[in-house]
This record gives sequence, structure tokens and C-alpha cells, in this order.
Amino acid sequence: MRAIAIVAGGVFRDSIRERIAYGLVFFALVLMAASFLLAQLTAGQDVKIIKDLGLAASSVIGLFIAVFFGIGLVTKEVDRRSIYALLAKPVTRSQFIVGKYLGLAVTLVVNVAVMTAALYVVLAYFEWTTPGGAKEAWEAPALDPALIKAFALIAVELLVITAVALFLSTFSSPFLSVALTVAVYIIGHFGDDLKHLDNIVESKTLATIARGVYYVMPNLERLDVKSAVVHAVPVTGAHMLFSALSASLYVALLLTASTLVFARRDLK
Amino acid sequence: MAARWMALIVLALSAVATQVALEGRIATPTASATVPWVQSPPLMRRLTLGWNTIWADVYWIRAVQYFGGTRLSRNAEKNYDRLYPLLDITTTLDPRFNIAYRLGAILLAEGYPNGAGNTDQAIALLEKGMRAMPEKWQYPHDAGFIVYWWRRDPATAARWFLQAEKVPGAPNWLRPVAASMLTQGGSRETARELWLELARNGEHEWLQRAGRRGLMQLDAEAQIDVLQRIVEQFQTHAGRLPTSWDEVVAAGLLRQPPVDPAGSGYTLDPASGTVDVATSSPLYPLRQKGSGG
Repeated sequence: MRAIAIVAGGVFRDSIRERIAYGLVFFALVLMAASFLLAQLTAGQDVKIIKDLGLAASSVIGLFIAVFFGIGLVTKEVDRRSIYALLAKPVTRSQFIVGKYLGLAVTLVVNVAVMTAALYVVLAYFEWTTPGGAKEAWEAPALDPALIKAFALIAVELLVITAVALFLSTFSSPFLSVALTVAVYIIGHFGDDLKHLDNIVESKTLATIARGVYYVMPNLERLDVKSAVVHAVPVTGAHMLFSALSASLYVALLLTASTLVFARRDLK
Repeated sequence: MAARWMALIVLALSAVATQVALEGRIATPTASATVPWVQSPPLMRRLTLGWNTIWADVYWIRAVQYFGGTRLSRNAEKNYDRLYPLLDITTTLDPRFNIAYRLGAILLAEGYPNGAGNTDQAIALLEKGMRAMPEKWQYPHDAGFIVYWWRRDPATAARWFLQAEKVPGAPNWLRPVAASMLTQGGSRETARELWLELARNGEHEWLQRAGRRGLMQLDAEAQIDVLQRIVEQFQTHAGRLPTSWDEVVAAGLLRQPPVDPAGSGYTLDPASGTVDVATSSPLYPLRQKGSGG
């Protein structure tokens, strides 16, 4: 356990050294600049659009970190040959993989938490500067606590993507890993189309394969409650719980597969 | 090292200076800014991969900018053709985008050239909203209003108001309005009540502004009725139509040339004696008497 914590701590420190914080500064600047511009452009939809922008930016920045840092977790150590020094210590290959994953997972969760706080600060500005009458037009209050649900599921989605990236990087090249991780992300968001492909294709075989892919791949659409939260549509605790549970099973599956593949990998 | 810094500064300044120098001198071949890159709303929804709401916001901003730009343009042939596709994509990407349906329908229905003058598209947008959010009584209400105000079809409008009244939580004044439409064919008083409701309780400042404008248009309609009678009076006395308001003032029938509630002077057609709001007035155009959509 201690070995995993040490590896995870190393990843977290590395991520700070690699200036992930720049992404956060960029996020905060985009939000602030947008908040001043939008009031002029959007016919009174500024709070909705700030929420949309904050959630989307958090998701996009997190996705970049999850894909590129997730793939670099193993490949960098192998390319730099620093893996030999690591594995010479009392750290098993499985501990190495799990530690690497947890380190980036903590980084991502901290990122999402900081972005959540930044969005609330900008929304607080709108809450305080908007006259009472205009607030009645808002579907949900500016400082709606339900936004945390959307951020929480964004974090869960990023943890799934990180696990996919890590798994793929244990056996394929960085370029192919990026392409395949992005493909998983896209397929994960095409769930409904895959499930109902029989509506648009005549081939029953193809429709059956698509339905199979739908059930095998993680359904990322289920983790997307951004629109619901912004429009004050209730997101139940059961939805949160079961979506997170399903995602965590995928993470466990991918980590187990990663440790198995990495255990057999010839590092010489 | 100092030389490199110097080179960096010189290159940066040269690059910017070249851009500035070329500005306006070389035409850049570009596609029309008004053409949406993707015209199929379902395809657009798939391409956005979970970021559909932020793209809906982008399209909403484009729709508002497009409408504003077209409305304010000095082009005699204003073309609002892209407004409905932009609103269609917006509401497909974010089917719960309330203001896009309500304000979008107002912009589509507004009489040409200050609006698209297309009540069919306005109703189609609201019907899409009804499918996405059947709990919103405002959409059938707005459809009824548009049919009544722009198409002057009180019977169809009454049906929409009755449909709105059936939605749980709908206000109780919808049924009397529908009854008034059916019995009185939609009097000016009924229209005033509807505009007043929008001006007071519209969900957003833009809707309230539309309500206040509608009330001013109603006042203008009433004033035009009076002015029309004054013009007829002039004709009876003088045996001819007046050529300008000055003649009517000189005849003692008015104290000064009349202005509409928005502050623009009324026009008087010397050939037919028809009084109307000026095309430059914010109230232009008034609904056409007995016209369809």
C-alpha cells in the first residue's frame, strides 16, 4: 500500500511540475473574460451560458489531461528507462500501475475541484450583481448546489478515460493509444446510436455487433448530466450512485487488465 | 542572447506591422459568414460529443447576432433565411433551451422587414418546444398569440389557448381569452390583455420588451383609426385628399403633425389617404388588416 502511495505521490508532484496548473489559470481567465462579454451578446442567457462554458471547459481540459498524461504514465517511464530504477525498488509492477493511476486520478479530481470553485466564484459575481427581477428568469439559481453533481460525474468520466488511456499505453504506441482512447470516448458518447443502429442499417449482423459494442463499452452519456443540471432537471441520487458504480467497475476492470498486460511485458 | 531577443522583438513587430499593412488591401477569400458549417441538427448533435449545450449557446449567440445584424443592415432586401436553421440547430443541441423557442418565435413571426415575417416557422419552432417540454403552457400560448396577432385568425388562436390551458399549472386567464377570441373574433382589448401579460410577466427582459412594443403598436393602431377619420373629414370639407399633415394642421383638424407612441411621425399617402407608421419607426410594420401569415 505504501509503495502505491509513493508512486501516486510522485505522479501528483510530476503533474504539478509539468504545469497542469496552467490549464487551470487558462480556465479561470476564459470564464472571467466570457462573463464580461456574454452579457452583451446572449440576450440574457449569461448565467446559463457561463454554467455551460464552465462545465464544458472543465470536461475538455480534464479530457486532455486524462488522455495525454494517462498515456504518458507508463510510456514515459519506459522511454526514459527510469522504470528500471523504479522496479528495482520494492515496488511490484501491479503497484506501479495502480500507483500511477491513483496519482493522476488525484490530480484530475483536484483539477475538477479547483475548476468547480472557480465557476462558483464567477457565478457568485452574477448572483450579487443581477437585480432581483432578472433572477426570476433563471431556470436554476446561479449558485445552484446541483452543479456539483455535474462536476462529480465529469470527474468520474475522466477517471474512466484515464484508465482506458493507461490500459492502452501498456501495450501500444503513444500515438495509437491516443487515437484509441479518443475512439473509446467517441463511442462512449454514441451509445444511443449504437443501440438503435437497426433503425438506420438493414444488416442485422451489423446492428447486433453495434448493440454488443454498446453494452461492452462504457456508456459515457450516462455520466453527462451537464444539460440536466443547467436546466434544473433533477438528477437523482440513484442515477449518481449507479452511474458511478458502473464506471468504477470499468475502472477496476481496466486496471486489472493493465496490471496483467504490464506484468507480461518484456521491458528489456 | 541579446541579439536573439532583439531579433524576436523585430520579428514580432514586423509580423504585426505586415498584418496591419495588408489589412483591407488584399481580399481574403472566405465563405459567407452567415452559412452554418453544419446544417443538419441531428448530425450536429452527434458531432458535439457531450458538449452539445455549449454548442447550443454558440448557435444561439449566432442566431441573435444574425437577427440583429440583418435587422440593422441598410440592405433594402433583408434576408432572414438563416434564422430558422440557426434556431433549429440551437434547440436540437439543447432541447430545453426555453428562451430560444420563445424569443426565437417572436423574431421569426415579427413582420418583415423588422423580423422574418414567417409565422409558419415560428409555429414550427414552438411545436418543437411543445414536444421537448410538454409541461410548458407558454409554447401553445405563444403559438396562439402569433396566430391571432400576425395571422388575425382568432378561431385557430383560441384552439391554441385552450391547448395551453390544459397544461397543468397553466394560469386561469387562458380560458377567458380563448372565449373572447371565439365570441368577439379577438378584439383589440383582448390583444391588449395578452401584450400586457407579456410586458408584466414575460420570463425575460427581451420578452417584456416585446410586450411593451406590442402595447405601443396597439396604441398606434387606435391612433391610426382616429387619424384616418380626420383625413376623411378633410376630404369631405376640401373635396380632395390632403397632400401632407401640414395641410391637415392648417385646416385646424390637428394641432401638429402626429407622432406614433415610439416618437416617429405617421406617414400619410397623398394618393390614397392611408395613414401608417413610418418604415423608420420601431413599431413598423403594424399587422396588416385581414392578412394571413
